[in-house]
Amino acid sequence: MSRHQARPMALTHLDRLEAESIHILREVVATCRRPVFLYSIGKDSSVMLHLALKAFAPAPPPFPFLHIASGWDFQAMLAHRDAMASRYGLDLKVWHNAAAGLSPFDTPTPTYTRVMLTEALREALKAGGYDAAFGGGRRDEEKARAKERIFSFRGQGGGWDPKLQRPELWNNYNARVHAGESIRVFPLSNWTERDIWDYIAREAVPIVPLYLAAERPTVMRDGTLLMVDDPARFPGIEREEVVTRRVRFRTMGCWPLTGAMESEADSLDKVLAEMAALRTSERQGRVIDRDESASMEVKKREGYF
Amino acid sequence: MDLLRFITCGSVDDGKSTLIGRLLHDSAQLMEDQLAALESDSKRVGTQGQAIDFALLVDGLAAEREQGITIDVAYRFFSSATRRYIVADCPGHEQYTRNMATGASTADAAVLLVDARKGVLTQTRRHAAICKLMGVRHLLLAVNKMDLIGFDEGRFLEIAAEAEGLGIEQALPVSGLTGANVFEASADLAWFEGPTLMAALDALAPADVEDGGPLRLPVQWVNRPNQDFRGFSGQVAAGEVMRGQDVRVLPSGRTSRVARVLVGEREVERAEPGTSVTVTLTDEVECGRGSVIVGAAHPPEVADQFEASLVWLAEEELLPGRGYWLQLASQSVTATVQPPKYELGIDSGEHLAAKTLGLNAIGVVEFATDRPLVFEPYAASRTLGGFILIDKLTNATVACGMIHFALRRASNIHWQAIEVSREAHARQKGQKPCVVWLTGLSGAGKSTIANLVEKKLHALGRHSFLLDGDNVRHGLSRDLGFTEADRIENIRRVGEVARLMADAGLIVITAFISPFRAERAMVRRMLPPGEFLEVFVDAPLAEAEARDVKGLYAKARAGELKNFTGIDSPYEAPESPDLRIDTTTMSAEDAAEAIVALLLRRE
Repeated sequence: MSRHQARPMALTHLDRLEAESIHILREVVATCRRPVFLYSIGKDSSVMLHLALKAFAPAPPPFPFLHIASGWDFQAMLAHRDAMASRYGLDLKVWHNAAAGLSPFDTPTPTYTRVMLTEALREALKAGGYDAAFGGGRRDEEKARAKERIFSFRGQGGGWDPKLQRPELWNNYNARVHAGESIRVFPLSNWTERDIWDYIAREAVPIVPLYLAAERPTVMRDGTLLMVDDPARFPGIEREEVVTRRVRFRTMGCWPLTGAMESEADSLDKVLAEMAALRTSERQGRVIDRDESASMEVKKREGYF
Repeated sequence: MDLLRFITCGSVDDGKSTLIGRLLHDSAQLMEDQLAALESDSKRVGTQGQAIDFALLVDGLAAEREQGITIDVAYRFFSSATRRYIVADCPGHEQYTRNMATGASTADAAVLLVDARKGVLTQTRRHAAICKLMGVRHLLLAVNKMDLIGFDEGRFLEIAAEAEGLGIEQALPVSGLTGANVFEASADLAWFEGPTLMAALDALAPADVEDGGPLRLPVQWVNRPNQDFRGFSGQVAAGEVMRGQDVRVLPSGRTSRVARVLVGEREVERAEPGTSVTVTLTDEVECGRGSVIVGAAHPPEVADQFEASLVWLAEEELLPGRGYWLQLASQSVTATVQPPKYELGIDSGEHLAAKTLGLNAIGVVEFATDRPLVFEPYAASRTLGGFILIDKLTNATVACGMIHFALRRASNIHWQAIEVSREAHARQKGQKPCVVWLTGLSGAGKSTIANLVEKKLHALGRHSFLLDGDNVRHGLSRDLGFTEADRIENIRRVGEVARLMADAGLIVITAFISPFRAERAMVRRMLPPGEFLEVFVDAPLAEAEARDVKGLYAKARAGELKNFTGIDSPYEAPESPDLRIDTTTMSAEDAAEAIVALLLRRE
């Protein structure tokens, strides 16, 4: 009896990634008291939602979906969020730090991100009493992400200490936490941007239309191409020329902080082809990553995802 | 394109991060903005003057840049012309060996780096040993920094010879800094006839999958959306799962047949190993998280004692006798260990005598679990043969283990069938057996109260026996000291004796400091539910110290007595004792009354 004979029907690369992610999602549900799905509505969390639907079928995903709304989300994202929630009967919870209500136009980016995203997230997790939270982070995104465990241990307050991370052997995850501690779980750790797009194409995963090129109103500010998502809340827009350009987005964040790229890729096939030729990384369009070299690490230490 | 997962490891400062940076750079995986950031970082914090410092591509944490070392594993992705790679850059620093083991556990291959100037070091050998233990199939030796020794062939051959016996498949000279023999052959190494590092990696056999063999499906979660559906979810560890297949559910051993196989919402005829599935069975057999669904004809081992290799990953050393959570596949049990059979000498490869295992030590240990475990030897299955140990108080992952085999004594030593049962013993004495466990600081008044309790029970015609800490130390535990490990063993012995006495129908009263929660919980588990009463004789440390009946606190304060509870050794108070005696407000007489009343209420 050979344990290692070749099989004609071996799983593909995407099949393996899918199986691993589903395993992770199920481990958390089986071992944690109160998990929550951080739903940011980007392409990664769209893939993660698709995997969660598969992991627990025919039951619905047995956890709530939490969206940290900054108040500056693309309108198309909110529409997509609500459509997904109603299509799949998701238990959607929206958290918005209305009391602070900072504007990214008036506030330095690091402060804005800390208050409207990081602190809001920490408060929402605390209020919900969650001991585990799923995030769509991938190790290929950024250097501090490349150091992330799949089960990322967070102390009181949600902060990340890279020296306190638990050794993670095989696919044997330690989800035990004391009161007040929690874990962030990244089921997509081993996926690359390319895998995400291949999977979206293969499984016809619904995504926000902004990922595909279309004619959109834009202005150029500080070298970043911004879409005018809400002219009423775009200071100084009346003095600028709004140009209709054919653009799409590689990542999704707050619209005043997310750069678009000019593109003809209006279908998934074209996006894949364009990706293969691109010479810049996907986070290039994210203003929040440019503050300083270790910016992601700093944000994670503060409790950002 | 297939995928190969490998790690780079070796001692600190041997240039691992630079080499990986070089691989990413030369494989043209870097984007323009990343390259621009690298160039600016290199000028700012790099160690190569104005030139690019490739190590900064992977050492992304601020602390790593400050100290110039790798703390945690970084996972990076790149492709050659023929294959995708996930490379885990593992720390060389001894303090972070646990992170190296983390990387090795999922790797198919390892590139072991050596600094050409320094040759093979202890940490190089330790990493080679861990790779071997973890079953990393291919081990390449990269002799790095060849540029610093003038690309000297003689030195390279010397190091390759030093590495003999580490299980190296191939030795390669490289320079991460100049890129020589990483992606491209180099004129500097004209004498070397072997492949480049990249060509050697490309030539390795593809990733191993536990294909073939009988079905192994550890159940993670029971899917029960309604009365009509009861599915068992898990990832197939080995073999195929098929509709209509005969299966056995372990550890219960019940047999059934696969009714449906689901991948996501889609029903399939069969699913390959590696697939995450949900199956339903034709019978209502007992099956839940921790069960393993296996091919009916070829079940794996089910035992509660086994031998395993252990890599100790925590600062606090292994405590033989203490219960740890053992997590294997989806099973979680309490496991205790004997003192190690031996510790592996990293440099000599010798088997060294050891009482415990400290940080980064590798040893061979025998385990006993409180429930039967379903497993296979690690050589046959990473999933069913690899486990982690978790400290019950801190929840830290303290060790990883690889199972060798079940210990036959587990199945061959049967309990002697006893004709007179413990119930019969108890009936004859006309009482309910019980262990009353008094815990508290030295000088709290445990012995005084215990004595009063026994006198009262005796007067009531109850059959009892008092086990006292000091008395036990004169006989049963004469060979034990007061280290943490010895205290645990002492309590284990007392627990066993108390249990035997309870089997004989007695009411046992014990008076031991028993400072650790874990051990009191261990004794509780030895006894049937309800037959263990934890009584916390609570006295503030200052009060107990003021009494100092035996003069021990004075000695401890003077440094003449080591490991004294409350002074230089911790006391973990019970979180929810069955009874708490506040000795500042209650007399010993009243305390004894309260305990007897508690006992009588149970009758």
